[in-house]
Amino acid sequence: MCLAIPMKILKITLDRAVVSSGGIRRTIGVNFLKNPRVGDYVIVHAGFAIEKLDTVKAEETLKLLEEIQ
Amino acid sequence: MKYIDEFRNISIATKITELIQREARGLKPVNFMEVCGTHTMAVERFGIRKTLPDNVRLISGPGCPVCVTPKDYIDKAIAMADIENIIVFSFGDMLKVPGTSSSLLKQRSKGKVKIVYSPLDSVQFAEKNQDKKIIFLGIGFETTVPTVAASVKYAKKKKLKNFFIYSGHKIMPPAMELLAKDKEVNIKGFLCPAHVSAIIGVKYYRIICRRYNIPCVISGFEPLDILQSILMLIRQVKSKKAKVENQYSRVVKASGNIMALRLIYEVFSISDSDWRGIGVIKNSGLVLSKGYRDFDAEKNMDLPDVKTSVDKGCICGSVLKGIKTPLDCKLFSKRCNPDNPYGACMVSSEGICAAYYRYRK
Repeated sequence: MCLAIPMKILKITLDRAVVSSGGIRRTIGVNFLKNPRVGDYVIVHAGFAIEKLDTVKAEETLKLLEEIQ
Repeated sequence: MKYIDEFRNISIATKITELIQREARGLKPVNFMEVCGTHTMAVERFGIRKTLPDNVRLISGPGCPVCVTPKDYIDKAIAMADIENIIVFSFGDMLKVPGTSSSLLKQRSKGKVKIVYSPLDSVQFAEKNQDKKIIFLGIGFETTVPTVAASVKYAKKKKLKNFFIYSGHKIMPPAMELLAKDKEVNIKGFLCPAHVSAIIGVKYYRIICRRYNIPCVISGFEPLDILQSILMLIRQVKSKKAKVENQYSRVVKASGNIMALRLIYEVFSISDSDWRGIGVIKNSGLVLSKGYRDFDAEKNMDLPDVKTSVDKGCICGSVLKGIKTPLDCKLFSKRCNPDNPYGACMVSSEGICAAYYRYRK
């Protein structure tokens, strides 16, 4: 039940945002995000963004996975 | 999908699997627990358990909210839907859970139960239908609670008098601590939940790690995340130094999501809570706090007394604690299957019995 997927913010109006991923579009709440911006990736669960996805950290983890030994 | 597909790369997965095999050579048998039901699903779906060496045992924990919701909660929710003018709103996962003599699914056919994707949908329905009373079934851990809290705040802002929460919410750390203490379960490492941690951060795991000397790795839900986290746990065990590591740093901050945490503890306060199959765990549940009692279904509704029967022969309690596997249960796949679930772990698609049934049959 804790499944949540990364989606990209396309538009923000007050505490609501339009997000998209893999052709799916949704309007969600961004009430508990600090300074959400268009272009941010956010983790979406039950109609709300629960956290931002840090794209720099994501790339770091991927690099580490590629080089892991 | 971006930031999902990259973490499912098969050649890297194969490499980490080989690394796990190599690192685990000569290691005394260890039990690692994946606490969260979403981890359990991913572990079964991607066949991760089968790739592990015999001396690294991955056991499933109690982190499936639907599974640990006690039967009398379901019976009460069913009874609520019988009251005139009340409509019960729920996440879809809850509907199949069998109560003592009925289920929410049966009530749905009478139009008294509705499924929503977001709790906000239920409060917006309440706003448009003020002649009806709406009860939202608040089920879920820290990941879900802020979304429910935001909906309650919305109801307060709009001065709604017809929106209520029946809170069955639970929090994860007290259950983990109970398992950490349990000598029979004998956990040597926790794969900590991804999105619960996005909300609560790392501090609770530091306490568990220090107090019980158990390695903790916060792990994402994709296969590469899980495999890397298992490798990190093995390396911690070998180094004999238990610490908290954050594999899922792309989402989980050390502090957690402070705004979400503030919202949770504005709307809810901590109470004891009954976990199906495990029993009451002190300070592991959430009830509506003082300022939000007008939205508490239990405090504001006259509910008929319900009689709840005990599940006979079901070993979900031991399965939820990782002491037994579904294959040890006499009911598994015979009397108890996804179309006709008997015990809690078969009910939700994230339950360990349902996962075993789906991916191993």
